[in-house]
Amino acid sequence: MKNLLIKPSKENLTSFVTLGGLLIFIGFFDVLANKFLNLNVTGFLPNKVSYFAPLIIGTIGLYLIRIEFSGNKLLDKINTNFNSNNLNAILTLIVIFALIKYIPPVLNWLFFDANFIGNTKEDCTGNGACWVFVKVWFNRFVYGMYPDAEQWRINSAFIMLFSLVGASFFVPAKFKKYILIFLLFVYPVIGLKVISGGDFGLKYVETGAWGGLSLTFIVSAFALILCFPIGMFLALGRRSQLPAIRYTSIGFIELWRGVPLITVLFMSAVMFPMFLPDGTYVDKLIRVLIAITLFEAAYMAEVIRGGLQALPKGQYEAAKSLGMGYWRMHFLIILPQALKLVIPGIANTFLALVKDTPLIFVVGLLELAGMVNLAKTNPKWLGMAMEGYVFAGLVFWIICYAMSRYSQNLEKKLSTER
Amino acid sequence: MNFKNFKFDLSNKNKDLIPQVLTVLLLVLVVIYFTINAQNNMGNRGISFGFGFLSQESSFDITFSLIDYDGSHSYAKAFLVGLLNTILVSSIGIFFATILGVTVGIGRLSQNYLVAKAAEWYVEIFRNIPLILQIFFWYFAALRALPLPVDSINFYDISFLNVKGWYVPKFIWTNFSVFFYSIILAIISIIFFYKYAKKQRDEYGKQLPTFYISLGIIIGLPLLTFLIGGVSLSFQIPELEQLSTTVYVYKGGVSIIPELISLALALSMYTATFIAENVRAGILGVSKGQKEAAASIGLTKGQILKLVVMPQALRIIIPPTTNQYLNLTKNSSLAAAIAYPDIVLVFAGTALMQTGRAIEIISITMLTYLSLSLSISVFMNWYNKKIAIKEK
Repeated sequence: MKNLLIKPSKENLTSFVTLGGLLIFIGFFDVLANKFLNLNVTGFLPNKVSYFAPLIIGTIGLYLIRIEFSGNKLLDKINTNFNSNNLNAILTLIVIFALIKYIPPVLNWLFFDANFIGNTKEDCTGNGACWVFVKVWFNRFVYGMYPDAEQWRINSAFIMLFSLVGASFFVPAKFKKYILIFLLFVYPVIGLKVISGGDFGLKYVETGAWGGLSLTFIVSAFALILCFPIGMFLALGRRSQLPAIRYTSIGFIELWRGVPLITVLFMSAVMFPMFLPDGTYVDKLIRVLIAITLFEAAYMAEVIRGGLQALPKGQYEAAKSLGMGYWRMHFLIILPQALKLVIPGIANTFLALVKDTPLIFVVGLLELAGMVNLAKTNPKWLGMAMEGYVFAGLVFWIICYAMSRYSQNLEKKLSTER
Repeated sequence: MNFKNFKFDLSNKNKDLIPQVLTVLLLVLVVIYFTINAQNNMGNRGISFGFGFLSQESSFDITFSLIDYDGSHSYAKAFLVGLLNTILVSSIGIFFATILGVTVGIGRLSQNYLVAKAAEWYVEIFRNIPLILQIFFWYFAALRALPLPVDSINFYDISFLNVKGWYVPKFIWTNFSVFFYSIILAIISIIFFYKYAKKQRDEYGKQLPTFYISLGIIIGLPLLTFLIGGVSLSFQIPELEQLSTTVYVYKGGVSIIPELISLALALSMYTATFIAENVRAGILGVSKGQKEAAASIGLTKGQILKLVVMPQALRIIIPPTTNQYLNLTKNSSLAAAIAYPDIVLVFAGTALMQTGRAIEIISITMLTYLSLSLSISVFMNWYNKKIAIKEK
C-alpha cells in the first residue's frame, strides 16, 4: 500500500509537475468542454463518477505538484496559497469550477444578452436583463413622484449640500467651524424649504410626492442630524448619578432597542395620531422622521456611551480639579474626546440607518426600494422584478460599501493616532 | 438605587433634586397629556380602552399556521399564531445563520487564497444590501422564477420545489410520546454520564470516550423504542393532483410556503455576514502564544482547537453574536412586507385594521418583541457567565 502512494519529491520535479499539470489540465478541459462545447469528455464513466471526475483528477494532479521547497517560485507560491493540503486543493478546485459554471450566465444576463435600447417592454427581445425598464423609470427611481418640472429643486438642494460638505474639507480650519454650524442648523431649513416649496414663488410639493433615492438621502440625513444630540443627552443621562434621570434614560434606550423599527413606524402611523388632540394633522414624513430619529437616537446613545466609558477616569478628575461644573466638563473635556473615539461606531449606526430607510414603505412613503416595488406592478412592465431589485441593490451596495470602507479607514487612522 | 443622592444635605439636595423632579414631572405631564388626548379620541370614535376584544371572534383566515386556526377563533388565538410564526422563522434563521456564519468566518481565515477571498466577498456583498431588498429579491424575483407545480424540481421523488412552495414529506407517528420521552431520558442520562466521566477523570485520571458513548445513547435509546416501544414512523409523501386540465396542486405532505423560505433565506444570509465577522474576530483574538504553548505540551491539532482556541474564542464571539440573534428576531418583523403571517402582519396589520384598537394592539406587539428580546438576552447572559473566565 505504501508503495502505491507515490510521494512527490524534489528529485523528480519535472516529471511530477508535468504529470500533475497534465491531470489538472484534463480536469479543467473536462469542465470547460462541458460548459462551452456541450461535450462530456468523461461520458464513458458512470453518471456520478463522471460528474465528479474533474474534481478527482484535479485533486490527484494538485497532489502530485505539492512539492515543498521545490525552488521554483511560482510553484511554491501556488502550493502555499492554493494547495497546502488535500482539503485546500479540493476547495480551490470547487471554487474555480463554481466560478466557471456560474459566472458566465450571470454576465450574460447582466450584459451580453441584456437590452439597453428602446422605450417599452416589447423592445426587450433577448434572454438577458431588460435595462430599458430601469432607463425608463430612472427618473422615478431617483425623484419619486416629484413633478418633473420641479426636479431641479431637489438637484440644487443636493448640489448645495455636497458643495458645502466638499468645502468643509478644503477651507482652512478657522472657517470649518462656521461651515459645520451652517450645515447643521441653517442648511436643513433651507434645503427642506427648497424641496417642499410654498414660498418665494416655488410651487408647493406635498411630501407624499417625494420619493426615490432622494427621499432615502433626505430621511437618513435628517435622522442623523437630529438623532445625534438626542443620543448624546441620553448617553449622558444613562451615566448620570441622579437615579431618576438614569432610569428614565435606561428605560427609553432599552424600549427602542428592544423593538423592531417596523413596529415603531406602525406606531407613528396609527398610534401616534391617537395621542394628539383631535384634528391635529402631522405630516406623514415628519412623523416618520420623528420615529426614525428616536429609534436611532437610542442606538446612537449606546455608541456614545461606549466612548464615554472608554475615557480614563483621570480626564474627569482633572476637569473637576480645575473647578469645572458638569456641563463645562462634558462639553469641553469629555465629549470631544469620547466622540472622536466612537466615530467608526457612529458611521456604523449611520450605515444601519441608511439600510433601514426602505422600511418607510409601511406608512406609504416610497423611496428607492418602494419605487421599484411600485414600478414592477405597473401593467406595462410586469415581470421586471429581477432588474429592479438588482438595480436598487447595486445602488444601495455602492453607497453602503463606500461608507463602510470610509469608516474602516477612519478607524485605522484614528487607532494609529492614539 | 443610589441613596447617596437622597441625603438631607441642603446644599446638595437642591442641586441633585431639581433636575430629577423636573424630569419626572415632564414625564408625568407628557403621559397625562397623551392619556387625555387618547381618551378624547377614543371617545369620539366610540371605542373604550380595554383588552376585551382579544376574546372576540377574529373572522379572518391566516395562510400559514402551526396550530389549528380559522376565522372562528379569537383574536388572542390569532396573536398566538402570529407569535409562533415569528418564533418559527427566527429559529430557522438563527440556526442557518449560525452554520453559515461560522463556516464563512472560518473561511475568511483560510490559508487558501480563493476561499478567503470568496468568503470576504460574500460578507461584503450581503452585508451592504438592505435586508428588506434581499427579502424582496428572493420573494418577488428569485422564487417567482421557479417552475409551476406540474414540472416542479424533484428531489429523489420525496420532496418537490415549485412556485407554490416546497413540499416535503409529513411525518406520521404512532406513539410519539414514547419516542419523545425516550429522547428526554437519553439527554438526562447523558448529563449524568458526563458528570460520572468527569469524576472518573478527576479522581483516577481515566479518559472515557464520552463523545461516542453519548452518541450511542442519543441514537440507541430512541431506536430501542421502535423495536420494543411500539413506536412507528411513516411518511406521507406529497403527490401531484390534477384539479382541472391545466391546474395541478400537490396534496399531502407538509408545504413550506415561499414567504417562509424567502424570509428565512434572506434573514440567515444577511445575519450570517455579521456572525462571520464575529467569528473571525474571535479566532483572531486568541493570541498565537496560546496555540504555541498548547502545541509545546504535546496536544494534537484537534485538541488545541477544542481545548485551547475555542473556549477562548467563544468568549469573544458570544456577546456580539447574541446581539445578532436579537437583531435577527427583530428583523423577522420585515415579514410584513411579503405577507408572511408573522405577529406584525397578523396582529398589528389585519387585527388592527379590523378592530381599530391602535393603542392596545401596538402596545401588545411592542411588548411581545421586548420580552422576546429580553428573554434571549437573559439566556445568553446566563450562558456567557457560564463560559466566562473563572479567575481564582
